[in-house]
Amino acid sequence: MSATAAPVNLTAKDFATDQEVRWCPGCGDYSILAQVQKVMPTLGIPKENFAIISGIGCSSRFPYYMNTFGMHSIHGRATAIASGLKAARPDLSVWIVSGDGDSMSIGGNHTIHLLRRNFDVNFLVFNNQIYGLTKGQYSPTSEEHKITKSTPYGSIDHPFNPLALAMGADGTFIARSMDRDPKHLQETLTRAAKHKGTSFVEIYQNCNIFNDGTFEIFTEKATKLDEGLYLEQDKPLIFGANKNKGIRLNGLQPEVVELGNDFSADDLWIHDEHDFYKAQILVRMFDDPHKTGTHFPRPFGVFYETSRPCYEDEMALQIEEVITSKGKGDLDKLLRGREVWEIA
Amino acid sequence: MTRTEQTLQDVVIKFAGDSGDGMQLTGQQFTNNTALLGIDLATFPDFPAEIRAPIGTLPGVSGFQLHFSSNKVYTPGDIADVLVAMNAAALKVNLKSIKPGGKIIVNIDGFDAKNLRLANYPEGVNPLEDGSLDNFEVIKIDVTRLTREALKDFTDLGTKERDRAKNMFVLGFIYWMYDRTLDTTIAFLKEKFGKKESILQSNIKVLQAGYNYGDTTETFTTRYKVEKAKLPAGTYRSIMGNQALAYGLIAASQKSGLPLFLGSYPITPASDILHELSKHKAFGVKTFQAEDEIAAISSSIGASYGGALGVTTTSGPGMALKTEAMGLAVMLEIPLVIVDIQRGGPSTGLPTKTEQSDLMQAYYGRNGECPMPIIASATPSDCFDVAYEACRIAVQHMTPVILLSDGYIANGAEPWRFPKSADLKPIEVKFAAAQQNTDSKFQPYLRDEKLVRPWAIPGTAGLEHRIGGLEKQDITGNVSYDPDNHQHMVKTRQEKVDKIADYIPLQQLDSGAETGDLLVIGWGSTYGAIKSAVLELQQQGYSVSHAHLRYVRPFPKNLGNIIKNFKQVLVPEINNGQLIKILRDQFLVDAKGYNKIMGIPITKTELITEIKRILQQK
Repeated sequence: MSATAAPVNLTAKDFATDQEVRWCPGCGDYSILAQVQKVMPTLGIPKENFAIISGIGCSSRFPYYMNTFGMHSIHGRATAIASGLKAARPDLSVWIVSGDGDSMSIGGNHTIHLLRRNFDVNFLVFNNQIYGLTKGQYSPTSEEHKITKSTPYGSIDHPFNPLALAMGADGTFIARSMDRDPKHLQETLTRAAKHKGTSFVEIYQNCNIFNDGTFEIFTEKATKLDEGLYLEQDKPLIFGANKNKGIRLNGLQPEVVELGNDFSADDLWIHDEHDFYKAQILVRMFDDPHKTGTHFPRPFGVFYETSRPCYEDEMALQIEEVITSKGKGDLDKLLRGREVWEIA
Repeated sequence: MTRTEQTLQDVVIKFAGDSGDGMQLTGQQFTNNTALLGIDLATFPDFPAEIRAPIGTLPGVSGFQLHFSSNKVYTPGDIADVLVAMNAAALKVNLKSIKPGGKIIVNIDGFDAKNLRLANYPEGVNPLEDGSLDNFEVIKIDVTRLTREALKDFTDLGTKERDRAKNMFVLGFIYWMYDRTLDTTIAFLKEKFGKKESILQSNIKVLQAGYNYGDTTETFTTRYKVEKAKLPAGTYRSIMGNQALAYGLIAASQKSGLPLFLGSYPITPASDILHELSKHKAFGVKTFQAEDEIAAISSSIGASYGGALGVTTTSGPGMALKTEAMGLAVMLEIPLVIVDIQRGGPSTGLPTKTEQSDLMQAYYGRNGECPMPIIASATPSDCFDVAYEACRIAVQHMTPVILLSDGYIANGAEPWRFPKSADLKPIEVKFAAAQQNTDSKFQPYLRDEKLVRPWAIPGTAGLEHRIGGLEKQDITGNVSYDPDNHQHMVKTRQEKVDKIADYIPLQQLDSGAETGDLLVIGWGSTYGAIKSAVLELQQQGYSVSHAHLRYVRPFPKNLGNIIKNFKQVLVPEINNGQLIKILRDQFLVDAKGYNKIMGIPITKTELITEIKRILQQK
């Protein structure tokens, strides 16, 4: 980090502002805000070196509540603004806060280009599968046949799978967490912050006004252990209330298996977040959790992490190389050009 | 055989051929050669939007017009003294823009049955044979055959490769005709083809063959010479508009100490600025080819927010896409330069043709009350000064600035008495300083006497604050829905832009008396045509003056008073009347428009006719 990175003893409090938080009571955003405020002081970065850029939507109010540098910009463009900021100021810790509409719909184009360029920024996508700020229309991540204000007969759009999209755009850090699991969210955010490159974190966030309970199946005691799968590096993919189920790979096909007579933990898929091909399969475990019969649980955690040069570093390097080989630019030489003539 | 040499004051020559004939390169080579002799000049490249329209057809014709003179030159010329036509289509397209009695140099190979048919000449009609060119002096050269002949020993080159050197034959011949030497082009060829020996040698050979053809063929008895122009003393170079604009941005970066960041998406005719700036990394310039126009401006806003000199470059359709982000920059009150190289519109319109298309868009084209300063360049070299000034206004007044240029200036060239770095006035910039005492909260929208707020960049301790597109409370910058505050902020943002008038020069008359019958007001690329028309009319005794606006928003403070001193006002524009609407609105003046919307510049001749018509009307 920057030269001013003296060790400072910061606490979550230092990151709160005097602005009244105006999300609806009970909104999942409160938890995400609290976890970010807890994680940031642990990173060893001076407070003034954080810049949080958001777009438009409920989630994008985020910067107002963070006592860092912040910009609440325009719909879908936080990613592009953050790209320019990071290119100009590689020394800053840049965070993007966005929602499913902001990042997948109006800003979809910038999302994929940010990922392929791999700017070293943290990209938090609060996914509540609904448009909250505009009061309840379906979003690009809403499930099919969803009844909303704009789809009284049910939506006919096929939804995005955000992690598969991020994988397709060659993201270098791909993770999923949720508002209702503070510890998991803190761990995931810490990992994201430490990753060098664009860290894409999808955060399941409950909109208790327009889409209440949409992720309940992953958070309620009765169902969460059977429907969620918590990824841990080098550990087998085991889930279920009694840790009685697992995922094994049959060739390229993942399968849900019962542990016991036929299969043991040794037969299971061992999670390796550096395995590009396994990650492709893992992000595709996207079954409808309400489906009856055998289906895949929804994975949470870090799906994939790899290292690739960051755009801002390559950009700075190119400048350095040119200056090394040609010398620093001389304005008078530039203006004069190669061919001149004198008029007396 | 006796040869005579005739001295001319003024020549307009147009090179025209198929897009693949290399006419732009031929024109540029002749331009450089001319410029280095100290002859004044102006150029006008005119090419199709398609990279290669079908060969031999009318839409495929590419032209390059050059006006050179021992007098001061203001335009590329209304009408050509000499036309080089590489094929029938090139002749047909340009026939109406040659002076009666002018010379037409044709490549007769381009007038075979196939080429005549492609140029839509009726069956059996050949303009070289039917007497239709009797009013011109036609010089027929079988360029293709002579080129092949010259290259008969270059056995390693195919016919296609040999024929590609045709333009060098023409160029060599023109060099002979105007009594030039070949060295500038030979040097150019060496640089371009240095590693491809036989291509290099073949091009030089054909260039010399063209020259020798003029020298040895007895049909040509006269060579022409144009003397050095009497320009102000100094060192000159040749410069094109987009290049000058890029240099202006680099100079502003150097003289302000702010690193230059360009976020851009390729679009005709603005892409050359991106190309140019991307070459100059030695100045620390960061160029970012974004995924679209919106990302281009958004990334520049991000860079500016971080303390860089943020610039984005585009043309009309891209301007439209950037609109919302411009509004954000106005709300954030941060510096940004938006360069619009205008072209024919609406929609995709005429990408390679010129038009003063976007003044209304620049002035009014955003949601809400969203004032932004606008500044316009008048000539290719003026782009340097205007780019420098746009950066100055942006960083000193904490505002996005729109710079309007157009395709005609962007691609046109002229001699430039370039400045010395030391003579450029430094651009002073101050970032808000760190605050150690955290009890006093930083006020991001506290304004100075110019109504300008501090530029507080991330990484500065104690200045943590939030900005955004929602309405701000003045001083604190907190989100505010208070009705009185909104009215206050709308008025304040307007006043901030209006106040820039206190920090720009007063409007000068370009020529003419301070009172009179007619004031011609122009902006942008009509400069040369208006200037030369008005000067000529003044010599004929007409009471006419010329004011040319660099600052379009806000106007210089004295513009209203200047206007009041004239009985009539004429506003020529290459659009359907845009500046005129603003002038009428602000000064309640009954100005008249002269509007040409053909994708080509206004000519001196038509303007003289129009001004005389107006003055005789009363």
